[in-house]
Amino acid sequence: MKILVAVKRVIDYNVQVRVKEDGTGVVTDNVKMSSNPPDDNAIEEAVKIKEAGKATEIIAITVGEEKSQETVRKALAVGADRGILIKTEGTVEPLAVAKALQKIVDKEKPDLVFMGKQAIDDDCNQTGQMLSALLNWPQATFASKIEIKDKILEVTREIDEGLETIEVNLPAIVTCDLRLNEPRYASLPNIMKAKKKPIEIFTAADLGVDITPRVQQIKVEEPPKRKAGIKVASVAELVSKLKNEAKVI
Amino acid sequence: MSVLLIAEHNNKEVKPFTLNAITAASQMDGDVHVLLIGNNCGDVAKALSKMSAVKKVLHAEAAHYENYLAENFAPLVVKVSENYSHIVSSANTFGKNLMPRIAAHLDISQVSDITKVISADTFIRPIYAGNAFATVKSIDTKKCITIRPTSFEPCETSGGSAPIEKIEATEEFTLSKFIKREEVKSDRPELGTARIVISGGRGMQNGENFKLIADIADKLNAAIGASRAAVDAGYISNEHQVGQTGKVVVPDLYIAVGISGAIQHLAGMKESKIIVAINKDGEAPIFSVADYGLEADLFEALPQFLEELNKLNSIQK
Repeated sequence: MKILVAVKRVIDYNVQVRVKEDGTGVVTDNVKMSSNPPDDNAIEEAVKIKEAGKATEIIAITVGEEKSQETVRKALAVGADRGILIKTEGTVEPLAVAKALQKIVDKEKPDLVFMGKQAIDDDCNQTGQMLSALLNWPQATFASKIEIKDKILEVTREIDEGLETIEVNLPAIVTCDLRLNEPRYASLPNIMKAKKKPIEIFTAADLGVDITPRVQQIKVEEPPKRKAGIKVASVAELVSKLKNEAKVI
Repeated sequence: MSVLLIAEHNNKEVKPFTLNAITAASQMDGDVHVLLIGNNCGDVAKALSKMSAVKKVLHAEAAHYENYLAENFAPLVVKVSENYSHIVSSANTFGKNLMPRIAAHLDISQVSDITKVISADTFIRPIYAGNAFATVKSIDTKKCITIRPTSFEPCETSGGSAPIEKIEATEEFTLSKFIKREEVKSDRPELGTARIVISGGRGMQNGENFKLIADIADKLNAAIGASRAAVDAGYISNEHQVGQTGKVVVPDLYIAVGISGAIQHLAGMKESKIIVAINKDGEAPIFSVADYGLEADLFEALPQFLEELNKLNSIQK
């Protein structure tokens, strides 16, 4: 079985994101970048499946600028066998990413495609579902548990009401929740080894995919600031404030 | 052109966020048609037809629509979509799962999780866990939009008499199969719509200690929330998670107990009207968004809180 894992380079989850003064976006210069957290879970799950002897090859793929290779390298250091970068400039919307991934799926014919359920930068939560639509494959989104049963995958999904279990026939797309597993750290020897693993590079044009944005970003603003609150000295004061000042209880 | 709103329901009742989505849809265009896809859901069709903002109900029934698999829903929405300018649903796990599948079939770049409708093609949506708000304009001729339910008021559930039009079901997608759903039944209000939410974090130390929160929730008729840390640690189940990758709540009162206030958690609650933070670490970031902060050990503060509530003559419900 072959597994394709899509990863994305994003502003690190610990960074306090700041909006640019001219309203054209957020500050990314000299800001720490990392792999999108649920994509780490996607890689981890693929590696676990390979370690269990159920997969033979893991390909890590990303769509983004040249530097996104770092994110692919990280996946290679954790256990992916080879990488693919689809090199782009500027904003690439989930639909365009899904189209690019579709081309690679057509070429590589994986049995499973994993990715994080959502990227923490644009918070779109679209790419996996879009890819499965384009391929007309089953989709198992927001997965917190996966069990492979021969040619069928049993997936536990986190939904608003609780948990849902579905079975999907392979090939299928799985989008991963943060609770799917505990991503490992790459060891130094593996980081060194990853440097020798191949990364193939394509452009969107090579793949024949139009990635022109269809959603124009008109402006980006700071969220409204909350006005500073007060500290109360006791529980009695807190309850009194809630009752008499805020009038919410 | 009209707006096609995909109803979320459980074949018996309309789910509450559908009402917020109808309001958002009606701000894009006044002619809102609701698409109801389900199995033996005639009562839901009737309930939808009574809503004053709904101009028409399209009703499709099939056994394979029982459990809202996106693979079964999307082809029907695509089939019906031709005469509509917008396709809309809630940005909860129902709409998040379904809408991109529809959008990709229609070759539309979806706009997710909008908090405001500026015009029929321009919307505001939070990005970076709500640390920035983007104004975006869709240039696709048709739009696929998911809306943040807590940013729109629920629509009226009466005053209307929309016609119900039966439509043909599409074929079953046989490669995906629903097995089971484990819904946690609770007498408490739903987290997404509760007027008061009390949430616990890692500071709760274990699942048993959530009893302290539950007692207060019962007293205040509040929903119980949790930080991701508390859910990851197994103190409480996933449907309680508030935050960037969990639920977004906007209650009148949000009480954060033993929650440090990571940006990912703040993303899910910082629009709440009044925020209370109870934490023994006075430097915790949660205090920066709290209207009332109490620097205290939660194991002392929560029993006292309950005691003080018991002293009150009346509590708003």
